[in-house]
Amino acid sequence: MITIHHLQKSFGKNHVLKGVDLAFDKPGITAVLGPNGSGKTTLIKSILGMVLPDDGNIEVAGKSVRNRWEYRKQIAYLPQIARFPDNLTVKELLSMIKDLRGKAASDQHLIDLFELTPFLGSRLSNLSGGTRQKVNLVLTFMYDCPIIILDEPTAGLDPISMVRLKELIENQRAAGKTILVTTHVMSLVEELAEEVVYLLEGKIHFRGSLKVLKETYGESSVERAIASLLEQQKNTPAFSSNGQPAFVTA
Amino acid sequence: MLKILKYSFYDLIRSRWTYIYCGFYLLFTLSLLWLSSDLSKVVISLMNVVLLLCPLIATMFGVMYYYNSREFTELLLAQPIRRTSIFFGQYLGVAGSLSASWLIGTGIPFILYGVFGSAQAGNFFTLMLVGVALSFIFSGLAFLIALNNENRIKGFGLAILVWLFFAVIYDGLLLLSLAWFSEYPLEKFSLTASMLNPIDLSRILILLKLDISALMGFTGAVFRKFLGTGFGMSVSLIVLTLWIILPTLGIRRVSLRKDF
Ligand SMILES: Nc1ncnc2c1ncn2[C@@H]1O[C@H](COP(=O)(O)OP(=O)(O)O)[C@@H](O)[C@H]1O
Ligand SMILES: [Mg+2]
Repeated sequence: MITIHHLQKSFGKNHVLKGVDLAFDKPGITAVLGPNGSGKTTLIKSILGMVLPDDGNIEVAGKSVRNRWEYRKQIAYLPQIARFPDNLTVKELLSMIKDLRGKAASDQHLIDLFELTPFLGSRLSNLSGGTRQKVNLVLTFMYDCPIIILDEPTAGLDPISMVRLKELIENQRAAGKTILVTTHVMSLVEELAEEVVYLLEGKIHFRGSLKVLKETYGESSVERAIASLLEQQKNTPAFSSNGQPAFVTA
Repeated sequence: MLKILKYSFYDLIRSRWTYIYCGFYLLFTLSLLWLSSDLSKVVISLMNVVLLLCPLIATMFGVMYYYNSREFTELLLAQPIRRTSIFFGQYLGVAGSLSASWLIGTGIPFILYGVFGSAQAGNFFTLMLVGVALSFIFSGLAFLIALNNENRIKGFGLAILVWLFFAVIYDGLLLLSLAWFSEYPLEKFSLTASMLNPIDLSRILILLKLDISALMGFTGAVFRKFLGTGFGMSVSLIVLTLWIILPTLGIRRVSLRKDF
C-alpha cells in the first residue's frame, strides 16, 4: 500500500531523514519507533504530503504522492499534536470535517465510545488535553480508510480510553487495514504490533517482527531489546561503509 | 476551494473586528454625507481615508488570519483537499469579507442618499472598485508575507512595513527624487513609479475619473497628459489587476513548497 524509496529530508542544516526505504504492503500493525527527534513525525507527514521530501519517492497504492491529494481519501491520520481551531465547538468541528470530506462518516459510536457527548457543545479551546485527544481520535476513526496512521495516539489518555483505543485498533486490524503507529509506550507495541521499524539517525536501523527484535538482542521484552539496541549503537557505528543498515531483517 | 472559502468567510464575518470595521465606514460615510451635500466632495474625502485605511486593515487582517488559522490549516492539509484550494480559499475569505465590509459600510449610505440617480454614480462606482482592489492586494501581500515567515512577530512587522512603505515612504522618496533630478524630464519615470505603487495607482484612477486637475498632483497630471483620461484609467485598472494577480501567484508558489 505504501512504498517509500530513498526518502531524504532536511530542515535547514538538520538532516532528519537520510535515505529511508520502507514498504508497507501487508495488512497489520507496524510500530514506528525511534528516539525523540529521530524523524518519525517527519516520515509520517511526508507520506501525507504535509512535509515535502528533498529527494526520493513515496507511493500510495501504486501512485506517487507528489503534488497529489486524492490519495489522502485512503488515509486516516491522527496528528501528534491535537490542534484545532479554537473558536469552534466539538460539534461544529465534526460537521465541518464531514462537510469537507463529503463521504458518510460514522462518528456516533466513537462519540459514545469515548464518552464525548457532554462536550459536543464545548469550545475546543476549553477542553482538557485528554479530551482533545479523544476528539482527535473520533476525527481519525470516523472514516473507513484502508490506511491508518497514528502519531502518538496515547498522549494524554486515561486508562479507560487507552483500553478502548486498543480495542479500536484491534478491530481495524481485524478489518484488514494497514496501520502505522508511533509511540513511546512499549506495552502498546508489545500488545498490538506485528512489526517494528526503528528509526535512528535518519535511517532505518531495524525492521522486523517483534520476535526477531527480541531474539536479535537476546532480550525478553521490546523495551529491553530497544535499550540494548541503543546501547550497541553507542559502542559500534551502526552503518557499514556501504551505507547499509546493520540489522535489517525481513 | 469554495467550501474553505465559505468557512473562512463565515469565520470572519462572525468576528467582532469585521463589524467594527464595517461600522466605522458606515458612520464615517453617513457623517460625511450629513456634513456635505456635494457628493463629489464626499467621494474625495472618503478616497483620502480609504487609500490609507483599506490597505492597513487588509494587511492586519491578512496576517492575523493566517497566523490564527494555523491549526485549521494543519487539519485541512491532512484531508483530501488540494493545497492551493486551502490557501486560496482562506485568502479569498479574508479579501472577500474585507470587501464586503467596505461595500456595505460605504455603499448603503450612498445608495440611501440616492447616488444612482445622480451624476456621481460613476465616481462612486470607481471608489467602490478601488476599495475592493486595495483590500485584495494588501490582504494578498500580507498572506504571502505570513506564509513566508513562521515567526508571527516578524511576519506582522514586515507586513506593516510594506504598508508603511507604499502608504507613506514611497511618496516621500518619489518627491525627493523628483526634486533631486528636476532638471531632467521625469514624466516616464514618475509614470512608472506610480504604477509600482498600488495606492498611488488607485488615487490616480479615482482622480482621473473625477477629472479634477487641481487635485491630480504631478503623477496624475502626467498620466492624463501621456495617456489621456480614458486610456489612463484603463491602464491603471489593468495594472491594479496585475497587482492582485501577483501576490496570488506568490501564495500559490510558496504554499506548494512549504513544509507543515
Ligand atoms: N517544520 C519543521 N521545521 C524545522 N525543523 C523541523 C520541522 N519539523 C521537524 N523538525 C525537526 O526535525 C527533527 C525530527 O522531528 P520529528 O519528525 O518531529 O521527530 P519525532 O517525531 O521522531 O520525535 C527534529 O529535530 C525537529 O526539530
Ligand atoms: Mg513525533
